[in-house]
Amino acid sequence: MTDQTASNPLATPSPNGFLGTLARRSEAVILPLSALLVGFAAFSIFLSLQGKSPTEFFSLTYRAGFGTAFSWQNTLSRTAPLLFAALCVALPARLGLVVIGGEGAIVLGGVAAGAMGVIFTNSSGLIAVPMMVASAIIFGALWIGSVGALRHYRGVNETIASLLMAYIAIALMNHLVEGPLRDPASLNKPSTAPLAENLRVGDIPGWEVHWGLAFGMLSCVLAWVLIDKTTWGFAARIVGGNMRAAQVQGLPVGRLIVGFTALGGALAGLAGFFEVTAVHGAANASLATGYGYTGILIAFLARHNPLAIIPLAILLAGFEASSGLIQRRMDLPDATTLVLQGFVFISILMSDTLYGRFKIFAPERWRST
Amino acid sequence: MTQGAIGVETLHMTMTFGAFTALDDCSIHIKPGSFHGLLGENGAGKSTLVKCMMGFYHATSGEMLVDRKEARIDDPKAAHALGLGMVYQHFTLVPSLTVAENLVISREDAPRVIDWRTERAALKVFMMQMPFQVPLDRPVRALAAGEKQKLEILKQLYLGRRFLILDEPTSVLTPDEADEVLGHVRKLCADGAISVLMITHKFREVTAYADEVSVLRRGKLVGSGKVSDLSHTDMAAMMMGDATLAKAAERKGDAGAPILQLQNARAKDRSGLKGIEITDLTVHAGEIVGIAGISGNGQMELMEILTGQRPLEGGTIRVKGAPYSATRQEAQALRVRYLPEEPLQNACAPRMSLAENIAFRSFDGAGFWLSPRKMRDHATDLVAAFKVKTASINSPMQSLSGGNVQRAVLARELSGAVNLLIISNPCFGLDFSAVSEIRARIMTARNSNTAVLLMSEDLDEIMELADRVLVMSEARIAYDAPIAQADIATIGHHMGGHA
Repeated sequence: MTDQTASNPLATPSPNGFLGTLARRSEAVILPLSALLVGFAAFSIFLSLQGKSPTEFFSLTYRAGFGTAFSWQNTLSRTAPLLFAALCVALPARLGLVVIGGEGAIVLGGVAAGAMGVIFTNSSGLIAVPMMVASAIIFGALWIGSVGALRHYRGVNETIASLLMAYIAIALMNHLVEGPLRDPASLNKPSTAPLAENLRVGDIPGWEVHWGLAFGMLSCVLAWVLIDKTTWGFAARIVGGNMRAAQVQGLPVGRLIVGFTALGGALAGLAGFFEVTAVHGAANASLATGYGYTGILIAFLARHNPLAIIPLAILLAGFEASSGLIQRRMDLPDATTLVLQGFVFISILMSDTLYGRFKIFAPERWRST
Repeated sequence: MTQGAIGVETLHMTMTFGAFTALDDCSIHIKPGSFHGLLGENGAGKSTLVKCMMGFYHATSGEMLVDRKEARIDDPKAAHALGLGMVYQHFTLVPSLTVAENLVISREDAPRVIDWRTERAALKVFMMQMPFQVPLDRPVRALAAGEKQKLEILKQLYLGRRFLILDEPTSVLTPDEADEVLGHVRKLCADGAISVLMITHKFREVTAYADEVSVLRRGKLVGSGKVSDLSHTDMAAMMMGDATLAKAAERKGDAGAPILQLQNARAKDRSGLKGIEITDLTVHAGEIVGIAGISGNGQMELMEILTGQRPLEGGTIRVKGAPYSATRQEAQALRVRYLPEEPLQNACAPRMSLAENIAFRSFDGAGFWLSPRKMRDHATDLVAAFKVKTASINSPMQSLSGGNVQRAVLARELSGAVNLLIISNPCFGLDFSAVSEIRARIMTARNSNTAVLLMSEDLDEIMELADRVLVMSEARIAYDAPIAQADIATIGHHMGGHA
């Protein structure tokens, strides 16, 4: 029997060949996509139980998220912060850390940018904008980097620490925009003073979508290059693959952990910068609208691959963009999108146990049949 | 509580996993009250056989007789109901509970609300009837390994088991403890309280304690008989069959300059309560220093100190005279390499590919950018040179067998010139041919002037490879002698901490 299979290359393609590579790679695509569909299916049952039509839900979502140029514009504007937020989860995750507090870095980055905008309000944009960017990056990096440092040097669980620190960040923002940084003119919604027009970030020419999207996508590509193509990324992947093995290899585990968490935080801080300068025009409570948490879902769906984050962030942004229409047309509460995200997240987490279970994705096991 | 020993017999037991036959038409007979040894190398089918007997696996074909009646054992519960019990290689006791509590909770009919007064009285009566005792009020964590193993056996008797399977029961015991425990087991058999099937790879234990022995090789029963009729050579021949082993490389050359020196190195142990202290340890070039000892006596901590995972509280580590703190730069410059025990867990990233795992030592040689082609070529060369069997160098590390994982890690760590090689239990869980090949590689490294520090729980391995033998006991080096003057009995006493 062995002879037959050996002489018939079609029956057992070489694990090194094109089919072998394809099979090995496709596991990371097919499993999350299937999990996504399972999540949608469960959500459809949830809708049906309330007497709502799942078909109507998904067709409305398509129309409001992706159907027209206007809806694309709405979706893509929401994509920008999601890209950064997902990177803030994905980069630490490659070292085996589950950091879920990106929201905190977004909020603080936004406040820092807003505050810098007030301080440099009379300066030229050439000075003020770099200061705003730098402060957003630094505060974000310090915030999430300290989560990594607590983890490595004091053994504090990074998931809990980052989540709690997000609450602290939001409280800090509320304190600042309602207190020392409050613009007396902002009555209903305490905010920092509005940014001068020359400090606002505009749209990508011809797109009607702000520059955050371009920088977010660029960050995803650069993050992918860092992880997949550089020795730093390889060292980080060893740490994520097995911390003890990395220590035995003498790798600077502490520096890698602090560095990658700080980098993730810096990017989340940038999301805050773009929210303030391109969307709101001032720092206020609108910074904490849950982009950081949707980013967690996107990063897990993307299996922490920065390139896969781009399409998935667009998809999830589309769902968020359509929630207003869904609310009006289907008479469903705003939280429906959160329910959908919850179903998808549970299904994604469960799919994690399926890796390595299917022979079709493991060419080394093809021969044994 | 026991109603006397029962006999167990397997008839034509076969177990296949897919295309692989783990157990092939195996019939063995353990007579009531006998002490039966089960020999075989790793992967010979010993565990498969006993797992079928205990109902963990369902044999593909074949039958079982318990007490001369046909028995259907679907799960371990059914086995227990028939009076069959198993003592595992590693303890299954709850360390924080007392002996009495461990015994009571092990019962399947343990009441929801336990009346400790009556239980305690019953346990006292039970203990009195036993040929050996363990103090009932002592927490299990305060017991020595030998006492724990005695408790495991007492637990089986307490549960009314009449046929016991012992899975390498002495692997965590000192030679003295092993003799004591097996002596008691032998007496229980002779008294007709239990019959015993003991999995082991130590001929000495079979000769000294068992009445009969069965030998498995590649799933087949290749020999059995009365122990008194068989010599060690006979048993070894049955176990090995006609397999040819890579011959251990010859020992060539003498020790050179000192490479690794530890002076008064102190650190906290795992618990953080006690300390480990190595007053003086030197390994020379072209020398294998073997550290023997029961696991849990500080070997793991010493390995962690040497790999930089455990901070020193005092003292110095020097490699070639230079202070050494196990950073990547120091390890590269001084050419220090490691082979930790259970390499898949301690030296590999299981989900990364074989090629990537092989690149762990060398990936950062060329600067900022990775060079996938170089990694691939390097891996292809080493896989061929060290005969690593794998479907592809892109296969995930965890898809390789234990022996091939060890070969791959050895290939990575031994590539290029190596000044110091630090090894822990390199052959744990490997089959005979992989073992002899890996030992030969270690000897070859020694002969080409590498200093080797070998920590091993396998005394035979140390006696075969080492130029100098040390014993670690209670986190100290308790014994130090050249191999020519080393004597197993003395080593055994030092391992047990009473010498």
